[in-house]
Amino acid sequence: MSQPLIEIKNLSAGVNGKQILKGINLVVRPGEVHAIMGPNGSGKSTLGYVLAGRKGYDVTGGSVIYDGKDLIALPPEDRAREGLFLAFQYPVEIPGVNNTYFLRAAYNEQRKHRGLEEMDAVDFLTIVKEKMKLLELPEGMLKRAVNEGFSGGEKKRNEIFQMAVLDPKLAILDETDSGLDIDALRIVAEGVNKLKRPDNASIVITHYQRLLNYIVPDFVHVLWNGQIIKSGGKDLALELEEKGYDWLIGKTAK
Amino acid sequence: MTQTKTKSVSENAAHLAAAETFAASAPGPDWLRNLRRNGVTHFTELGFPTTKLEDWIYCNVAPITKLAFRPATSAGTDVTAQQLAPFAFPGWTGSRLVFVNGHFSPALSSLPAPQPGVTITNLATALASGDQLIESHLAHHAGVDASGFSALNTAFIADGAFIALAPNTIAAGPVHLLFVSAPGDTANTAQPRNLLVAGANSSVKVVEHYVSLGGTAHFTNAITEIAVGEGAHLEHAKFQEENLEAFHVATVQVTLARDSRFLSHSISTGAKLARHNINLVMTGQGVDCVMNGLYAVGGKQLVDHHTVADHAVPHCGSHEYYHGILGGHSRGVFNGKIFVRKDAQKTDAKQTSRNLLVTDNATVNAKPQLEILADDVKCTHGATVGQLNDEALFYCRSRGLDEVSARRLLTHAFASEIVNRITVEPVREHLEQVLWGRLEELIEKK
Repeated sequence: MSQPLIEIKNLSAGVNGKQILKGINLVVRPGEVHAIMGPNGSGKSTLGYVLAGRKGYDVTGGSVIYDGKDLIALPPEDRAREGLFLAFQYPVEIPGVNNTYFLRAAYNEQRKHRGLEEMDAVDFLTIVKEKMKLLELPEGMLKRAVNEGFSGGEKKRNEIFQMAVLDPKLAILDETDSGLDIDALRIVAEGVNKLKRPDNASIVITHYQRLLNYIVPDFVHVLWNGQIIKSGGKDLALELEEKGYDWLIGKTAK
Repeated sequence: MTQTKTKSVSENAAHLAAAETFAASAPGPDWLRNLRRNGVTHFTELGFPTTKLEDWIYCNVAPITKLAFRPATSAGTDVTAQQLAPFAFPGWTGSRLVFVNGHFSPALSSLPAPQPGVTITNLATALASGDQLIESHLAHHAGVDASGFSALNTAFIADGAFIALAPNTIAAGPVHLLFVSAPGDTANTAQPRNLLVAGANSSVKVVEHYVSLGGTAHFTNAITEIAVGEGAHLEHAKFQEENLEAFHVATVQVTLARDSRFLSHSISTGAKLARHNINLVMTGQGVDCVMNGLYAVGGKQLVDHHTVADHAVPHCGSHEYYHGILGGHSRGVFNGKIFVRKDAQKTDAKQTSRNLLVTDNATVNAKPQLEILADDVKCTHGATVGQLNDEALFYCRSRGLDEVSARRLLTHAFASEIVNRITVEPVREHLEQVLWGRLEELIEKK
């Protein structure tokens, strides 16, 4: 079995002193897709933010080893430069910043970090156009300000587009399916599948089983009250779809 | 009370004496000489505004009154074309009228090729040629008694830009009006008076640009009057980048006739104290106007914008966007008035004022002021003061930008939202260069 890409051990974290994650254990290896499911408020988005390094999400215990490094010790930009990518549940609008300009700035920061030369606008555009085709995105999107005035679906597609260009080792998709109609969902999911390689991995956080019809996970974990209370294969998602979460939650409550 | 009056008279004494002398001796037709005397009379009554007046509550002009008052009487010949190189817009091929200390310098200017129906010249020349338009417009838009500064400017009317378009003419290119202050022993005060008259269905773009040579204190007291005829389109950009010891007080007073379009920009980065009054009066239906503004200041600078959108008649739209970026111990003031008069039904007025404080010591007073006397109107306003959005910062960092780069990007974007509304590309480019430098200073000195 290959080395883990990320190894989360007994991770506890909170916001404003309130404990939300209470001992998470998770190992993701290259080539794997892990789905994290759970009802609202179980800590799914917090896990995404903690891994990406959002200010105010404080780790209170445990450890996260990512690609051989202590992830928690790195500032958010270094996590990104080391190949970790968070697709936001609510992507942020940045009026006045051109989408392509933003993406090239990010792309070049990551290249610099890896000791590569910065890429000029012309070469970058070639990459960008190739990825846009892959995701069936309209070119007009490139000229607009980052997420400004985008519909919910456009914002989510823009996240996946950024992911495609930045080519992360580990992508965390935080409820990328929420607010998408079925066509948009299919496009987003196909994009994710096309980007899948033996040397990268993804953690798909979702509330619904629906997305997992398109992105087939290798493992499914159920998060409840800050802990993973059940793990299984892709069939677990179907079981959850059928029975809901109550049978699991009830089990732990007792 | 008596004491206050005595004090104010003594502070004005030098200004008043100079104004009286000028108004008594300066040449011109009778109506103009009367107008200047009228300015003297009102200045005698008003003096300089004090912070007791509501419109000047956050803008203490006492330092201006303490600066020796040496109004320029001519452009002089000391300024060279080379000194003006930093103020040229990249790739600019249009005309440029240069005013040194408020007076036209033919040697430094490049006038546009003659175009039928289009007059682009300086006020002194136009007055000498007896242009009738001047008498019927000068001081008809801006009130002599709007403030002591207006009265003083009027007492000293001599030169400035004069642009007139006959009906149905479209100016061949944009016009750059460069006002250079070159403070020295003989002159440290410029009081240009500009007049733009756009006939029905005419169109022109004008850039009013204020700069300094050297770093010593000087005083600019400018008034620009603009009459936009029926169906005419006018874009007016004002950019103030004077030195950090300068005092800048200026009014742009605009009268908008039926179905006209007016796009106003005010970008202010310079001066120790800058006060901009921008007043738009809609006198005919179907007017559409935009007021777009940006100030980026640091150190101990004070920048004050007072704007008025006066909806005197129905069916007009005004949209106002002002952004402020404040560092150091600087202070910003935004006071945006929207008047909707009794009969001005179906008015659509929108105002937003957003301010970004880069340091803890910077302050802003943002005050929307709505007076609505009609009942079937749409008026909205919003004012915000704060720091960069944490979420946006995290978003940038999560993509690989470090914190300083993320701040720089977001601050620049905040400025770009305003600059991008300027339709003349070389002006935008120049502004971006100046602003980039300014914002770098503000962020670094944080």
